[in-house]
Amino acid sequence: MNQKEENPLKKVCIICAKGSIEDVYATLVMANGAVMEGIEAKVFFTFFGLDAITKKQMKKLHTGVVGNPAMRMPGGLPFPTFLGVIPGVEAGVSAMMKSQMEKLDIPPVDEFLDMITAGGGEIYACKLAADMFKIKKEDLSEHVNDIITVGDFYAMCGGENTQIIFT
Amino acid sequence: MATKNYAGVSVDVNEEGYLTDLSQWTREVAAELAKEENIELTDKHFEVLDFLRKEYETGGQLTIRKVGKSGIVDIKGLYDLFPGGPLKKSSRIAGIPKPASCV
Repeated sequence: MNQKEENPLKKVCIICAKGSIEDVYATLVMANGAVMEGIEAKVFFTFFGLDAITKKQMKKLHTGVVGNPAMRMPGGLPFPTFLGVIPGVEAGVSAMMKSQMEKLDIPPVDEFLDMITAGGGEIYACKLAADMFKIKKEDLSEHVNDIITVGDFYAMCGGENTQIIFT
Repeated sequence: MATKNYAGVSVDVNEEGYLTDLSQWTREVAAELAKEENIELTDKHFEVLDFLRKEYETGGQLTIRKVGKSGIVDIKGLYDLFPGGPLKKSSRIAGIPKPASCV
């Protein structure tokens, strides 16, 4: 595919407000993909998205197995919602998702943040959400640049050919 | 498809400038390709290029994570060597196809 673009994207500002595996990884893959293409990336984690950058939670992300119509059993049959309420099922499904991603060389969250920041990407936490969940800077991954307000974040999102993406 | 002249050798490249024939690659061709990306190749660059070529030949899917775990350079170092496109630029200079990977 010929990807010559006359007016290429220069910066992406990505907002992650949810803490499930798929929401967090959508954010991380897009941020990493940007820096790998030489596009500046700023990522803002807010509300439950904060789990992805909180030391205590980042290794324990789960995917929702209840009320998730796209959920399938191995083999493709629909995943019955009542199975999802059995203790351990959500953890099992989540572990399976993580092992599938590992096979594709998609790293765990902390290593992914390491890759993004190695490429110059910047990670921020939302002040309002941090206050709400009583999270301090020291509770967050060392890859987090700062806890900032939404206004501070918007101030970083200026410039030509910049896009704000809400995952 | 086009033919380009690098270091006195004519090589086949696709529309994005990636070599289409791995065997036409030489270190001199690599140096010329690197110049187009504004990169001056060092021994460290060549270590990465050799690693990429070897990985490609064994059929492995290339990712920056794999290069980061190669023991040659960490991911930050890879960005320093090939700024603005660690995997794409290094692959082009290594004479292998554009990586079809999202990580």
